[in-house]
Amino acid sequence: MRRGPWLWATSLAVYAFLYLPLLIVVIYSFNDSRLNAEWVGFTWHWYDTLLHDEAMLGAAGNSLFIALVSSLVATALGTMAGIAMHHYKLRLLTFMVLTPVAMPEILLGVSLLLFFIQALNLTLGMLSIILAHITFSIGFVAVIVRARLAGMDESIFEAARDLGASPWETFRYVTFPLILPGVVAGGLMAFTLSIDDFVITFFTAGVGVSTLPLHIYSMIKIAVTPEVNAMSTLLMLLTLTMIVLASRFAPDVLKGKE
Amino acid sequence: MAQLEIRNVTRRFGDFVAVNDVSLSIEAGEFFTLLGPSGCGKTTILRMIAGFDLPDAGQILLDGKDLADTPAEKRPIHTVFQSYALFPHMTVAQNIAFPLRMARRPATEIENMTREILEQVYLTDKASAYPHELSGGQKQRVALARGLVNRPRLLLLDEPLGALDAKLREEMQIDLINLQRDVGVTFVFVTHAQVEALALSHRIAVMDQGKVEQVDEPAKLYGLPKTRFVADFIGHINQLEAQVVESAHGHLRLAVDGLGEIIAPPLKDAAVGTKGVFAIRPEQVRIGVHGEMEELKNHFSGVVHNLLYRGEVSVYKVELANGAIIEALLPNSAPGRAELFKVGDAVKLGWRHDAGMFLRD
Repeated sequence: MRRGPWLWATSLAVYAFLYLPLLIVVIYSFNDSRLNAEWVGFTWHWYDTLLHDEAMLGAAGNSLFIALVSSLVATALGTMAGIAMHHYKLRLLTFMVLTPVAMPEILLGVSLLLFFIQALNLTLGMLSIILAHITFSIGFVAVIVRARLAGMDESIFEAARDLGASPWETFRYVTFPLILPGVVAGGLMAFTLSIDDFVITFFTAGVGVSTLPLHIYSMIKIAVTPEVNAMSTLLMLLTLTMIVLASRFAPDVLKGKE
Repeated sequence: MAQLEIRNVTRRFGDFVAVNDVSLSIEAGEFFTLLGPSGCGKTTILRMIAGFDLPDAGQILLDGKDLADTPAEKRPIHTVFQSYALFPHMTVAQNIAFPLRMARRPATEIENMTREILEQVYLTDKASAYPHELSGGQKQRVALARGLVNRPRLLLLDEPLGALDAKLREEMQIDLINLQRDVGVTFVFVTHAQVEALALSHRIAVMDQGKVEQVDEPAKLYGLPKTRFVADFIGHINQLEAQVVESAHGHLRLAVDGLGEIIAPPLKDAAVGTKGVFAIRPEQVRIGVHGEMEELKNHFSGVVHNLLYRGEVSVYKVELANGAIIEALLPNSAPGRAELFKVGDAVKLGWRHDAGMFLRD
């Protein structure tokens, strides 16, 4: 079928709306000027500044550490939750696992802050951020793992038991290898969510610890320097890589079908 | 002692009684079939033997030992699932080696046993293929090999031929018979297809609504059904409402409304006045022109109401004087000729006095 010029125009406009701002950030990160106003010339200068900015590097290190730890823990817990949701078909369970996913971030941030301070009497810092990130990531991992299980023939797991595998061996040799792509995709998703989270981190970080998004925010309160553009570009690259990897491992989750 | 004994087993799901006080005993080396319409409880029985489900009452004994406390993975019983349930992430050889690995057999033994059974099911060249690369018939054979490789006491087969096309199904039936004879493992086969059950089994248990109607050899089941359900479920059968008017030593005399009397084989304890049906297979009914059939004790006039040309035979549906329709089969041994009689032809029907049977209500 021949597509009309209007369809082309509309879709171009939508894509422009989505990606032009990102493109501008990327372009100005290479701009040889302090101002984000006009194009002067190409430079690697801002990336070089970035590499020597102690505060920025510290924040980046924190972010990577938090993302790594929280995504690993969330993957383990989320996988268990996904299997449980599939196996027991309890509505309440599904509801409870998925609520943090749908909850407004600001609400989750405030309630976690109150919970950590008043209920746990925890000093805010690295640990509180990691716990918060685990909390909102579990649901995402669980959904992806469950989607993976939903398409499978239930008798495969019965067959494993039938042929002499204990419940643990059934998980180890049959269930886990089959859901592994979903588990990996879920983990990458959790990593991505953690590394660029701002709202919840803002509430649970306290004073001592900063992460990349927090640090960038504090910098642009003064001015949007090209250094922020450079950092944003790198972050964008990392996130994109994660998404591409995730879609490789679980095409059924991100594309709708395998 | 029977190898597998099912004693008074009952299984309920809420108010629904899926299996109702069933007792069966299956001998070692037997090809035993549970046959019945869907929902008759045959699959529930299979799942209880495998250990995926437990009876609410009664016992299941293997070699005299109650299985109630043995979980599925500890029972020397394997299942071939309707969907085959092959592990999609393992090759054919890995699938087949799985039960051996779980049984902690030494590696060389696993390798040898896997190779042997692969040869037996003609899949040696597919050893390193994945299940999605196989045809339906090949998947079926992998599932069989996987179920048989470590010589279980019992192999359960849940409608394993259901997903295959007609031609392949017939080939697989022959393969199944040969395989079962070669390995000597007891097979318990579940199906709703009576043709399959008759072709494969040593003995068949016909089930309906959670109960066993009759357990018998295929030929006995077909030729001498004991209940109306069995007569009707296995093959085609003509039925005429009848009442006993004389119960002698050598025969029964039955009255059929609007038709007259039928001489039928004797039935124990069939008192005069007992109501039921006279049932006779289409191939036992002869069809001819006026003046024929006189030598037979049972002969009636009718009109050809319908006919079906089926290739090897033609089925004539003949309407009798009382409006009942009786089917008769005629083999088409004269090639190129589809019909000996036409719709509307007046014909004679007849059958021997020792053919058919009386089935009580």
